[in-house]
Amino acid sequence: MADPAPIISLRGVTKTYGEGPTAFQALKGVDLDIAGGDFVAVMGPSGSGKSTTMNILGCLDVPTDGTFLFRGHHVEALDRDQRALLRRRYLGFVFQGFNLLSRTSALENVELPLLYRGEDKKTRADMGMAALDKVGLAEWWDHTPAELSGGQQQRVAIARAIVTNPDVLLADEPTGNLDSERSVEIMELLTDLNRRSGITVLMVTHEPDMAAFARTVVHFKDGLVERIDARHRAGEAVA
Amino acid sequence: MIIGTTFVLAIRSIRRHMLRSFLTTLGIIIGVAAVVTMVTLGNATTAAVQEQISALGTNVLQIRPGQGFGRGGGGPRPPEFDAQDIEALQRQVTGVRAVAPQAQASAIAIYDGANWTTTINGTTNAYFEVQPWQLTAGRTFSPEEEAAGKSVCIIGSTVQQNLFRGGNAVGERIRLGQISCDVIGTLATKGQAGFGGDQDDTVIMPIKTVQRRFTGSQDIRLILVGVDQAYDTQVVQESISDLLRDRRNIEPGEDDNFNIFDTRQISDTLTGTTNLLTSIVATVAGISLIVGGIGIMNIMLVSVTERTREIGIRLAIGAVAREVLLQFLVEAIVLSCLGGLIGLLVAQLAVAALVPVMDVKWIFVPEINVAAFAISAIIGVVFGYFPARRAAALNPIDALRHE
Repeated sequence: MADPAPIISLRGVTKTYGEGPTAFQALKGVDLDIAGGDFVAVMGPSGSGKSTTMNILGCLDVPTDGTFLFRGHHVEALDRDQRALLRRRYLGFVFQGFNLLSRTSALENVELPLLYRGEDKKTRADMGMAALDKVGLAEWWDHTPAELSGGQQQRVAIARAIVTNPDVLLADEPTGNLDSERSVEIMELLTDLNRRSGITVLMVTHEPDMAAFARTVVHFKDGLVERIDARHRAGEAVA
Repeated sequence: MIIGTTFVLAIRSIRRHMLRSFLTTLGIIIGVAAVVTMVTLGNATTAAVQEQISALGTNVLQIRPGQGFGRGGGGPRPPEFDAQDIEALQRQVTGVRAVAPQAQASAIAIYDGANWTTTINGTTNAYFEVQPWQLTAGRTFSPEEEAAGKSVCIIGSTVQQNLFRGGNAVGERIRLGQISCDVIGTLATKGQAGFGGDQDDTVIMPIKTVQRRFTGSQDIRLILVGVDQAYDTQVVQESISDLLRDRRNIEPGEDDNFNIFDTRQISDTLTGTTNLLTSIVATVAGISLIVGGIGIMNIMLVSVTERTREIGIRLAIGAVAREVLLQFLVEAIVLSCLGGLIGLLVAQLAVAALVPVMDVKWIFVPEINVAAFAISAIIGVVFGYFPARRAAALNPIDALRHE
């Protein structure tokens, strides 16, 4: 059911921080294709380049060298504002620390990306409630983050990420702050979204249990892709 | 992004931090309130001073023997004026509307057991032409009364109040010092003079009567000259000066031994003084407005640091730099405009409370209200821009990692 043509394509991507003798090369020439509708887990020890790769895939950062094709756009050639517009249109973000606006209701948090899209009040409320409904928090719409549990906060964050019906959902350690029971719930939610809405999910994790929900697992090591495990169906245990 | 959305974001953010927003605007509130209150009260005071001066009579010249007020220094006492001087001024100077001589004395007025110490002004009917007096009852002097120095008088409202308890006085006979005198008229209330004197505490009699019965000489200490509106007071003043120098045999190069005082000069001087004081106080208040603006910048900078993560989230979900800049800028402008509005309100309340205490009339000055509000808006733009630019320049990755 997944579209086999890659919507993300990295070729010879390097990323160097600093200059001269203190320069540090975080990525040393990454080649990676991600098909539309895939559920990808990115794994690797810290310093392996997985976070840098995610920042580039999220259009938050640009490669020092190499090409990054996203839906046919050469992202490495875009400026800051153009990348922001790309994020606004096609990407959704979920963070380890939830990153909701405090003292702001769940609905207002979820509506935020729609505000930047210039949607009117009615559309914002309708789409926001629909997204909250998808994560099962419709009746909590007027609660602030302080009034929600960690799992609920992450659900609100996921609702915010999917409210614009993005092509790609980027999740950076989405279960890192949650206990195992909540973690499984979040992973089931992501799997469900991936299957039903066809959203491509890119997830950084260091927990094999969570990576097990993904269809493809990309292992990073020392700034390079070490190996890619592909499975036919998400949810199957690693042999 | 449309301005409306930025507005929504700014208002939400201000609402989320009510106390901090209020404290931020406090500087602007105080600044605007102080400027508007000071200028409004200053204007009210100036208007009050002008009103009091104009009660003395506009376009009125006061001529006294000697130089300046009083007789400064030694030397011979300069000669007083006499009836011939009055005649000459009336006939020989163009642009003169009326000339009234004045001889003053003090006496106790008594009527039916009530007594009151007052000032007796000896003058002619011209006095009522020179100065804006209104009669509430009775009449002015007849030519025979003036010529013969009859014992008749016209009393001011303060005297009427104290002797007759405000009741009818015309036709009654009062005692003034050693003489008795028929009241032929009563004057309308004029109010306080510019120097704290009560203009209504007066008894007006024919000058001959006063000279004969009270001062005991033909001397005239003060001449009031009403200048025709169509003529320049300055020119008339110079012709009077030339005439009097001639009549008093003053050689060219010698100083005048009389002085001519234009009531408008007092008015201008006092108005100038109150205006100066108003602008000094308003400047100080204006400085507090600037300090208020710096307060806004300070809080906005703190707010940008504190909300770094929030800015990171906004950038990550697709806000462009300009939108973040606009949000923080609009927040600062909304805060300072809100402060401006509250400040205007506080100013009106303060003026309303102070006007009765200061005994002045409230004159609403639209210009200063508009200007103070405009300045508060400008302060929002100027002091909000720097923090806003800083927020917009943040890198989304660093901002998201910020703790």
